Amino acid sequence: MSTTEVSPARPAAASEGGPAPARRPRTFEQANRRLKWAMLTPALLFVGLMIVFPLVYTVDLSLTDAFGAVNAGKGYVGLQNFADALGDTRRFWPAARRTLVFTVGAVILETVLGLALAMLMRKPFRGMRWVRTVLIIPLLTTPVAIGILWLLILDPTNGIANHLLAGIGLPRQEFLGSVGQSLPTLMLIDVWQWTPMMTLLLLAGLTTLPEEPEEAARVDGANGWQRFRHIVLPMLGPTLATALVLRAVDALKTFDILYATKGAGGGSDFEVETLNVYAYGLTFDYQEYGLAAAVLVLFTLFIIGVVVLLRRRGGRKTA
Amino acid sequence: MSATVSPVPAAARLRRRTAGSWLRGITIGVVTLVFALPLVWMFAAAFKTNVQVTDPSVGLWFSPTLENFRNIVEAGQILRSMGNSLLVGVVSTVLSAVIAVPAAWAVGRFGMHRTGSLILVARIVPAISLLVPWYYLFAQMGLVGSYTVLTLSQMFVSVPLIMWIMISFFAGLPVELEEAARTDGLSAFGAFRRIALPLAAPGTATASLLAFVFSWNNFMFALIFADDRTQTVPVTLFNFISYASTDWGGLMAAATLITVPVVLAAVLGQKYLVAGLTSGATKG
Repeated sequence: MSTTEVSPARPAAASEGGPAPARRPRTFEQANRRLKWAMLTPALLFVGLMIVFPLVYTVDLSLTDAFGAVNAGKGYVGLQNFADALGDTRRFWPAARRTLVFTVGAVILETVLGLALAMLMRKPFRGMRWVRTVLIIPLLTTPVAIGILWLLILDPTNGIANHLLAGIGLPRQEFLGSVGQSLPTLMLIDVWQWTPMMTLLLLAGLTTLPEEPEEAARVDGANGWQRFRHIVLPMLGPTLATALVLRAVDALKTFDILYATKGAGGGSDFEVETLNVYAYGLTFDYQEYGLAAAVLVLFTLFIIGVVVLLRRRGGRKTA
Repeated sequence: MSATVSPVPAAARLRRRTAGSWLRGITIGVVTLVFALPLVWMFAAAFKTNVQVTDPSVGLWFSPTLENFRNIVEAGQILRSMGNSLLVGVVSTVLSAVIAVPAAWAVGRFGMHRTGSLILVARIVPAISLLVPWYYLFAQMGLVGSYTVLTLSQMFVSVPLIMWIMISFFAGLPVELEEAARTDGLSAFGAFRRIALPLAAPGTATASLLAFVFSWNNFMFALIFADDRTQTVPVTLFNFISYASTDWGGLMAAATLITVPVVLAAVLGQKYLVAGLTSGATKG
């Protein structure tokens, strides 16, 4: 940063004015070299011990037949677990498909609705503070509590949702009680919980945009939609890309609400079992550590792939 | 340039604006209700009898009862779980801030963004891919069920979160102040401790509050690492779903108890929480 540019001048200025301490390192950087590592080491150590090491361990575990008791011995079986996972069309591939469907569906809806809401809230209005407070509550609320709350609202027999549907003459729905409707229902719950996050991120981006281009377009006779489509949207590109990556990564990793509402295995027919829920079940219900680790390696690569893909597309848009 | 008079007469534009702003106000109101009502419904249900909860026509007008709260508090577990959540949340947040704030400062001031982004990889890695090896290793050490493991695992979320927020917060502080302090004889560490740290207090508070909320909410780690003694609220709530699935009132009361602190935080710290949640997003 700017420190490097200014630093040569600083020691000179220091020695001229006032009683500078005798054992003073010559340059800003020299003094800082030790300090910066001192300040970074705890964080790096933590990341190394709690994140990098376990990740490496996961890769190692994925090559073994670890199963059952954690202190039972394990032998290396090469890529057998990966072959097993990738050849599993009953649990693995459906779970991968659900993960993708859930993420793509939820994130697209959240982006469109979030952007619309952000445009709506762009100019300050009375009560803005309270609207923003209401918006952050869903995304700060415990997912398990949100699961319970929607179980009550969407209860097939006693829920208010079916009561309201009946009121406008629509048929009763099973929602989370049925195999077919569970995943779409949970996507909509995710949209309810996370659209506000999109809105807040995009609002933050919108406030940093310069006003002149839009004003100029207005003078040239561009209507609201044209200004949005050709001025605001391209300028918002980088923020949109970042928001999309953040939200997609979190949506891919969704676990709490799925597990809280549908339980282990994502329901009787595995109807909401995503890769996350699947790997969880493999580990803690079946003690299939080796296979679980292989699924997790594939899952992590999948997430990294999505991030890289979104980043590249976002980058090209801004370039 | 922006002051150029538009061809539309001012009066006509004003009229159109007024009609538009009414429509806008109503839309914002409706959207706000959509986000608020489900939670209002939950809070209301916590004060209903079980007969009222399962009768959707009861709506929001009824005579409230505290029976549900009395029942779940007397059952015992919920208060202990809230104590556990508080303990794990506070300890993990404080430890994370101690680790992450200086690191964030170093990343910002020394231009070590490569190292910084390495640490932020933790935001991408799925927590469960660490949970399996952690469980495998901690179980061998006999640590599963301890506060230590709960706190350590929570820090996996808190450390990167606080770093993420604080890196952009420090980037927004004028470096000149610290340089001036250096020329006046403060060491680099002194500049951090006496200048940067006090200026960063609002950022640290925001980041810590968010880290605490996410710890309070964390379900997956607690599900595995907590035992009956160290259980945190989300797990208690989850167990409650299977134990007492017909006791809707009790469930809603428990869900309300766990949500109230979050709502309070949102109301009191709205401005800071929004800033924290969106920090870093506008820079790409």
